Amino acid sequence: MNELFNEITVLSVVSLGAIGGVAAIVLFLVAQKFKVIEDPRIDEVEELLPGANCGGCGLAGCRALAEAIVKAESLDGFSCPPGGSEVMQDIGKAMGWEAGESTPMIAVLRCNGSREFAPPKVKYEGAMTCAFAHNLFAGEGGCPFGCLGCGDCVEACDFDAMYMDKNTNLPVILDDKCVACQACVKECPRNIIEMRKKGKKNRRIFVSCINEEKGGVARKSCKVACIGCGKCLKECKFDAITLENNLAYIDYEKCTLCRKCPPVCPTNAIHELNFPVRKKKVEKEATTE
Amino acid sequence: MGGVHPPENKLAEKQTIERLDPPKSVAIPLAQHLGVPAEPVVARGDQVKTGQRIAKGEAFISAHIHSSVSGKVKKVDAVVDASGYRKKAIIIDVEGDEWEEGIELDEGLQKQCDLDAKEIMTKVQEAGIVGMGGATFPSHVKLNVPKGKKAEYLIINGVECEPCLTADHRLMMEKGEEIMVGIELQMKALGVKQAIIGIEQNKPDAIQHLTRLAADYDGISVQALEVKYPQGAEKQLIKALINREVPSGKLPIEVGCVVHNVGTAFAVYEAVQKNKPLIERVVTVSGTSVKKPSNFMARIGTPVSALIEAAGGLPEDTGKVINGGPMMGKALNDLEVPVTKGTSGILIFTENESPRPPEQNCIRCARCLTICPMGLEPYLLAQLAEKQRLEECEDERIMDCMECGSCLYICPSAKPLLDHIRVGKTRVGKMIRERSG
Repeated sequence: MNELFNEITVLSVVSLGAIGGVAAIVLFLVAQKFKVIEDPRIDEVEELLPGANCGGCGLAGCRALAEAIVKAESLDGFSCPPGGSEVMQDIGKAMGWEAGESTPMIAVLRCNGSREFAPPKVKYEGAMTCAFAHNLFAGEGGCPFGCLGCGDCVEACDFDAMYMDKNTNLPVILDDKCVACQACVKECPRNIIEMRKKGKKNRRIFVSCINEEKGGVARKSCKVACIGCGKCLKECKFDAITLENNLAYIDYEKCTLCRKCPPVCPTNAIHELNFPVRKKKVEKEATTE
Repeated sequence: MGGVHPPENKLAEKQTIERLDPPKSVAIPLAQHLGVPAEPVVARGDQVKTGQRIAKGEAFISAHIHSSVSGKVKKVDAVVDASGYRKKAIIIDVEGDEWEEGIELDEGLQKQCDLDAKEIMTKVQEAGIVGMGGATFPSHVKLNVPKGKKAEYLIINGVECEPCLTADHRLMMEKGEEIMVGIELQMKALGVKQAIIGIEQNKPDAIQHLTRLAADYDGISVQALEVKYPQGAEKQLIKALINREVPSGKLPIEVGCVVHNVGTAFAVYEAVQKNKPLIERVVTVSGTSVKKPSNFMARIGTPVSALIEAAGGLPEDTGKVINGGPMMGKALNDLEVPVTKGTSGILIFTENESPRPPEQNCIRCARCLTICPMGLEPYLLAQLAEKQRLEECEDERIMDCMECGSCLYICPSAKPLLDHIRVGKTRVGKMIRERSG
């Protein structure tokens, strides 16, 4: 009995050992054959990125951006909105590539159809999502281009840079927190939010309306709509303003922030942010016009 | 498969169809049908007669539009329509009621027709007839059987499974003979030998009436159907009547069927036998608070407010006004919205009836699965659509959803399943279009 047991033990130890040995060799060969050599620089670059995985660069996350940068072996055409040019400079330094200057951008809401200026005419009782509301109707105020006020953009923001103003029912973008990742731009079903140049001291001038209807129709649903009158066009000395489909648009590349256009707008559709308060004299002119 | 049983509330089923006078001004939208909007052929200041063509739909899937009144074209401008958005429409100030020459106005029945299939089809196209059940698919396209396919059955939809609506029911009761002649004309155009009219069992008078009439016509039969929603959906109706299943993403002609509404059959009769284009339709105005629930024969372009006025005015405690049936209809956000070729009803809900219950978490009861008439998984589709996992949505056949709203109706947690699916469908549709270039 004992002998038989011994024999079985020996046999199994030897056979299992042999199988193990063969498997080890096969595995080793396979591992050699299918070895994935990863560029160690990818890890280095990823280390330098903020790691927010916001998708602002247009890629699937920080790792994807790092892979793309290393593959291209240059920083041309890549940008990290939350990290800004600083991060790109760092990567450039570490890798020994030239990093171009990138302009800091910020999200801008191009609608001022608050409860006051575009009073609600109907009540929306569906689920509070802009995507649903956009499928169903023009909006409580009646403007088919305006903000629906359900806050999909606020939901989309990963940086706490937006909140809904309860009084106006419009989202507010916080200058110091927005990293220009464009999550809100992609989420808005009406394409109201635009990425614009941050400007010196966060100053910026823009037309806060995207309504392309004729002036009278646009004014019917919203008091502060752009009516496409073209007054700002005549005022601008830098050809920064274009008028298309009854809607003025200020090109932020050409705009010099001279502040000439906001006072001439008859509907106050042109907004200026973070400027010092105008002197009284200018204000007077604006009101008399 | 599937189906729900919402309370029927057919308050206006005994009300005879009342003809409404043309209003002072009409707005006739250029996009009243599925497909390409029609192009206006009149301009501001033109005098038009009732029945005159004012916009042409030349594209493959499009339909002509005719003036429903006589008068002067005020302007061609955008007006808010039932979609809640401004769409282009021809606005006409009404002056008298002078009809275009060649349209027979007498109500006498005319059975005899010597036209051949091609001529009938041309007449249907000329009259701008679209599916009157609500989907507004141009009828002449359906009558034109594509090469390689053969139609065996003409199926006539008299189901009217939407609660509250009674327009088709009244039409069957009052214009039964005309509908029969219309069906015969459609059969001739399609070259089919058999036509089946499907009617839900909750309309015994209509079943009896049409069965008696059908005895005089060769090949037309009436079949009573189980009462459930959505029995009147095209694919469900074919399954119930001849037990054939239309494959996913295909049209009924794939299984040898062409489906038309009873309203369409009546419109075909009027177009072919009386030369009358589609310029009016039966609209039910109903609701528990409505003084006089009614069925109106209204001119296309009549503002909804005029219909509500004729039914006793807007009740004070109104919470919502719905265009269409309570299941698939949509709340209006303006009462000046015009009646179009697809407006089957205007329903008024009180403040108590209108709000949706608050949304709660999914309790995994799987009721939406059991009732989905298309055999989809609404809870899953809603989740995938919410997370924007569009490829998976497509794999789960989101495009087969006909938006009947049964899942939304049955959900004990009041989840906005259909809203999610609708957004998902829009996105998946866009993705498919982009992929095919």
